[in-house]
Amino acid sequence: MSAAEDDRTRGQTPLRTFDSEQLRAGEPQRGLTPSPAVAIEGLGHRYGGRRALEDISFEVARGEIFGLVGPNGGGKTTLFRLLSTLLPVQEGRASVFGRELANEPDAVRRAIGVTFQSPSLDGKLTVRENLRHQGHLYGLSGLALRDRITRLLDRLALSDRGGDRADSLSGGLKRQVEIAKGLLHDPQLLLLDEPSTGLDPGARLDLWKLLESLKRDSGVTVLATTHLMDEAERADRLAILDRGKLVAIGTPEELKDSVGGDCLTIRCRGGANPQVLAGRIAEHFGVTPQLVDGTLRIERDRGHELLREIVEMFPEPIASVSLGRPTLEDVFVARTGRRFVAREDGGDGREDGG
Amino acid sequence: MEDGESLRSRSEEEAGWQQAGHPPSSILHPLREHPLRQPFWLPVWTLAVRELVRFFRQRTRIVGALGQPVIFWILFGAGLSGSFRAPEWAPEGMAVSYQEYFFPGVAVLIILFTAIFSTISIIEDRREGFLQGVLVAPVPRTALVLGKVAGGAALALIQVGLFFAIGPLLTLAGVAPTMDWTFTPASLAAAVGFAALLALALTALGYVIAWPMDSTQGFHAIMSVFLLPMWLLSGAFFPGDDGWLSWVIRLNPLTYGVAGLRRLLYPEVTLGTSASLPPLGVSIAVTSVFCAACLGLAVALTRRRTSRDAR
Repeated sequence: MSAAEDDRTRGQTPLRTFDSEQLRAGEPQRGLTPSPAVAIEGLGHRYGGRRALEDISFEVARGEIFGLVGPNGGGKTTLFRLLSTLLPVQEGRASVFGRELANEPDAVRRAIGVTFQSPSLDGKLTVRENLRHQGHLYGLSGLALRDRITRLLDRLALSDRGGDRADSLSGGLKRQVEIAKGLLHDPQLLLLDEPSTGLDPGARLDLWKLLESLKRDSGVTVLATTHLMDEAERADRLAILDRGKLVAIGTPEELKDSVGGDCLTIRCRGGANPQVLAGRIAEHFGVTPQLVDGTLRIERDRGHELLREIVEMFPEPIASVSLGRPTLEDVFVARTGRRFVAREDGGDGREDGG
Repeated sequence: MEDGESLRSRSEEEAGWQQAGHPPSSILHPLREHPLRQPFWLPVWTLAVRELVRFFRQRTRIVGALGQPVIFWILFGAGLSGSFRAPEWAPEGMAVSYQEYFFPGVAVLIILFTAIFSTISIIEDRREGFLQGVLVAPVPRTALVLGKVAGGAALALIQVGLFFAIGPLLTLAGVAPTMDWTFTPASLAAAVGFAALLALALTALGYVIAWPMDSTQGFHAIMSVFLLPMWLLSGAFFPGDDGWLSWVIRLNPLTYGVAGLRRLLYPEVTLGTSASLPPLGVSIAVTSVFCAACLGLAVALTRRRTSRDAR
């Protein structure tokens, strides 16, 4: 069935059709399009007296895979819920494809597909039934809907599970169906909350391949939250949130470059005082090591030379030294002064360093 | 309407995908918005059907909502028949057994239980995340309320229908006394219609109670201290036409539900009027207003976007 027939079956007349070339190009096109996929300005949120989000401003371009990164409790889920129209906008403003979250929630809802962290599937229903109900909620019905569900299940390699009760699926498969639910109505923006939680590495890889092909083939903008830094590397651009504030935004490369040349991490022997060592290193080399969780961090160009000198100068207290290109975790440490601890269990995820 | 140009380019795009070994993604064509057409009845339908499907896949719920009232009816009927006095509204010479008196009350209890069980699932839906999935869809909040309430009300109606069929069978089996009701098709239709109105009202009431709750225990508490006393004091269980009790009964909206059903079960007998048995017209009017108020409140609650929805 062609797209146009599909449309007639639904009885809907598209009033605005986006230029597919423009959407398919894949590269961020800030400034070229009339309105970005997401525009956030001074957004804040409180739960009762507790401040969860403070003065957040950024834009997500159309056709971008955008990551929201941060420790659990950092505010990314609050931001996700605001964008998915579950939470009322309290401070600031936010729009999706030019539609204000506060005033036009239904226009926003039509444009977004949402995949929650906890599966929103009805376990008592089969996979197909879940998808059928989902389609009905978006005004899809009949043959067009059935056809779409079949294609979607094929696409996600779920065809043989269509008749299974959602309860009987593994966590990874549930997540897949969850994503199928989010994609069913042709969203322009796919919002995913911690999409890879509970997925094994293979399934994680498949998920990111799927997101990338959605972006490439269909021009879908993807906004995903994650507390896994290695996953965030796959995003085109990302924003790091910590304690409700935006601490960094940019491409993974830009962010890593912003940290400085190399990153030295020095671990002290038991018994040696890292603070004392930090003081002595500062004295000798004119760099101020950051004390994070009992280890010393130094950002420095030509780190290998410094490494050699430090080890020669202080062989005693040092247990190990590692030298690396900065990672996104280093970006987090550099911007917040605390270590980024990623936990699967959904724990607090924060640890205050030295 | 689509123009030919974009039609062709789309099918070419799809062909290109297939050749390249990429099945077309779920997103089959360029993105669009549908600002004019907001689905309304389709979501209502789908949410109501979901209620029914879920119910029939959980057999124990049928036992809970239908079995308990029927057992009450048989046991209370047998136990209290000796001490029951014919109510003051019974016309001269009419013998009303307790089971006969209790019958519409049990029907209302079945409606109440079904309404409670089906709206308690709102709390579960919220906890499990299904509700959030509905809330982020462009579903008019009125449609959400109507779907949920219509589903619950349909279940209640099915079970009341079963009870109406089971009652006379129990008489045949000897556990209930003979009740000489003479039904006409019209009176039966009227009774079913009224039961449907009452089912909508009570399911909407359950919705209003369940919506702000975050635990099913909280709902059970409300059920014990509010919903069951409301039923007890509606003329369902005892007439209570004297003293302060009669005033509580008069002020209880459910009284009018029980009374309306009772009157529709006696299409050919003229019953008197008392606090627990207001006239039919009044019963229908009050039940309609009660239903509209509960539905309105449910819609108002659902329209508010609050932090609770995100839990």
